Amino acid sequence: MNTSDYVIDVRGVTKKFGTRTVVNDIAMQVRPGEIYGFLGPNGSGKTTFLRMLCGLLTPDGGEGQCLGLDFRRESAEIKKRVGYMTQKFSFYEDLSIEENLDFIARLYLMPQRKTAVEKSLERLGMVERRKQLAGTLSGGWKQRLALAACLIHEPQLLLLDEPTAGVDPKARRDFWDEIHKLAASGLTFLITTHYMDEASRCNRLAYIAYGNLLARGTVNEVVKAGGLTTWEISGENLAALAEKIRGLPGVEQVVAFGTALHVSGRDAEKLRASVAPFMSGAQRWEKIESGLEDVFISLMETAKDNFS
Amino acid sequence: MNFNFQRLFAIVLKEFIQMRRDRLTFGMMIGIPMIQLILFGYAINSNPKHLPTAVYAADNSVFSRTLIWGLRNSSYFDITREAHSVAEINTWLAEGKVQFAITVPVDFSRKLLRGEKPDLLLEADATDPSAVGFAQAAVSQLATTVINRDLTGPLAKLQSSAPPFNIISHQHYNPESISQYNIVPGLMGVMLTMTMIMITGLAITRERERGTMENLLSTPVHPGEVIVGKIIPYIMVGYVQVILVLLAAKFLFNVPMLGSVPLLFLLVLLFIVANLAVGITFSTVAKNQLQAVQMAFFFFLPSLLLSGYMFPFRGMPGWAQHIGECLPLTHFLRVVRGILLKGNGLAETLPDLWPIALFLTVVLAIGIKRYRQTLD
Repeated sequence: MNTSDYVIDVRGVTKKFGTRTVVNDIAMQVRPGEIYGFLGPNGSGKTTFLRMLCGLLTPDGGEGQCLGLDFRRESAEIKKRVGYMTQKFSFYEDLSIEENLDFIARLYLMPQRKTAVEKSLERLGMVERRKQLAGTLSGGWKQRLALAACLIHEPQLLLLDEPTAGVDPKARRDFWDEIHKLAASGLTFLITTHYMDEASRCNRLAYIAYGNLLARGTVNEVVKAGGLTTWEISGENLAALAEKIRGLPGVEQVVAFGTALHVSGRDAEKLRASVAPFMSGAQRWEKIESGLEDVFISLMETAKDNFS
Repeated sequence: MNFNFQRLFAIVLKEFIQMRRDRLTFGMMIGIPMIQLILFGYAINSNPKHLPTAVYAADNSVFSRTLIWGLRNSSYFDITREAHSVAEINTWLAEGKVQFAITVPVDFSRKLLRGEKPDLLLEADATDPSAVGFAQAAVSQLATTVINRDLTGPLAKLQSSAPPFNIISHQHYNPESISQYNIVPGLMGVMLTMTMIMITGLAITRERERGTMENLLSTPVHPGEVIVGKIIPYIMVGYVQVILVLLAAKFLFNVPMLGSVPLLFLLVLLFIVANLAVGITFSTVAKNQLQAVQMAFFFFLPSLLLSGYMFPFRGMPGWAQHIGECLPLTHFLRVVRGILLKGNGLAETLPDLWPIALFLTVVLAIGIKRYRQTLD
């Protein structure tokens, strides 16, 4: 793939707040029509990275292009073609749904403003509620309004910062269905999230912790790259067993999942050696494929050791 | 990014909608002028009557008795005390027991009958000068009519429209008398300073605090569009206040309007914009709305105290005058008082216009420079 074929193609992106490096030498390539998931713990630099992409923050280092434009020098032009949805609802609560959409459409100098607002209201299913103040909407509706407002100027790239935080599962699912529909029509998405089910709905992922990019690729690639071996244990007295296993050499994670226990570690041999004595117990042991969550937690733990 | 009038209009429109929805702020914009008008205007200004007065009639004659009777019957003076010495009068004035003291000298009636125009001493506690002016005028009026009534028969030749005696008035404690006419026009400047700075001071900090700034910055909007777009709606609010004050000045306080009101209307624009620019600049510096309000007060207090609104400008020490000269309110007070009370035209107001314009330019430049296009 040619460099210019990427929607986002940046390298060495770095941002410092004072002496603290919040984003450290990150490279990212996002293909057109792709839903790219951006994961990482709180404060890992995801929001900072998005803000740099759309010109809200000035990067301290890095180069590359976004939509074929130099992301450091042409942020004014990038702003016109990118939709950015902030983590916190950032439209005017004292303006109605329609007024908010109209305001944004005006700022982007939409030639067919009225039609665009009308279309957006229809797609939102808010034609009847257009006069309702945005502040009185529920979390799920606010998020849908925010998405609609980000789309009104027909951007080519959408940067969504934890779009589904605090939204109920049904609304979240609907939201993701919408994203997939939009991606199918050629829009490119870069989405930050904490939810693993959402991560698995992305085409590709990047995992960032403490400002460093730790893994990237498809879900399977990331899981594989994690190199984690996981055992699932089911049966009685799991809590007592967990206490015994935790802390043994090679055992990196012991996670309780209701009726089962997941024990994982990167060194498969060491792990096996450590847990072998317990396998003869009443519980059932089974080697399973590691989950994304296990991998991420493992990555995060490693990162903590390396960087903090 | 170029300045674009369509985007500017978008901001203006949005601000108007938000202004309409924000009942409290809207109430404040109309309410503050009204409250100030009533407090500063009526409380200080109304033509005060029934002022406590002491009389020292050293000359116990028919004329002095008539005079006292006349004063007693007027609505301006309540004769609450009769003194028996000058010392008593001085004490009462000093203690604020009486507002006025009238002394009829020993040889008053003798001199009057001889046509020698005797002196009548009117002493006033002028710490509150607005309370004194009207009453003083009343004395001379009253004295003439009352005394004339007693000058009958052979004394009729002494009657005249001018008082047959001299009224010597001493204003104690405050030699520079601020007339009430000063206050109402000045109030226009004071309330514009207060409300304009306060409201726009909140304008950008509110966007930042509510998180809407992040959204605004991610759009192609130009800083100038945001700042000017936020100023324009409040210019109109400012004019509503100006109209309110002018109507009150004319119909409630009968303030004379010698100069051109349209000229005042034109010039007040400069002052309004200067204050709005201060507010906007504050809000680009302030981290939150509370800080913006504090900064507004920080600016408002010296404006109130050092502009010549509260105290006579020339009575202040040099350093205070220098600070005062930097404040737009100082110059605007001169402009508005000049136009309304002295009938000044454009030429006479020019020396006070350019300092406001200079102030505006500097402040606006700081504001646009400080307005951050990024969140850094």
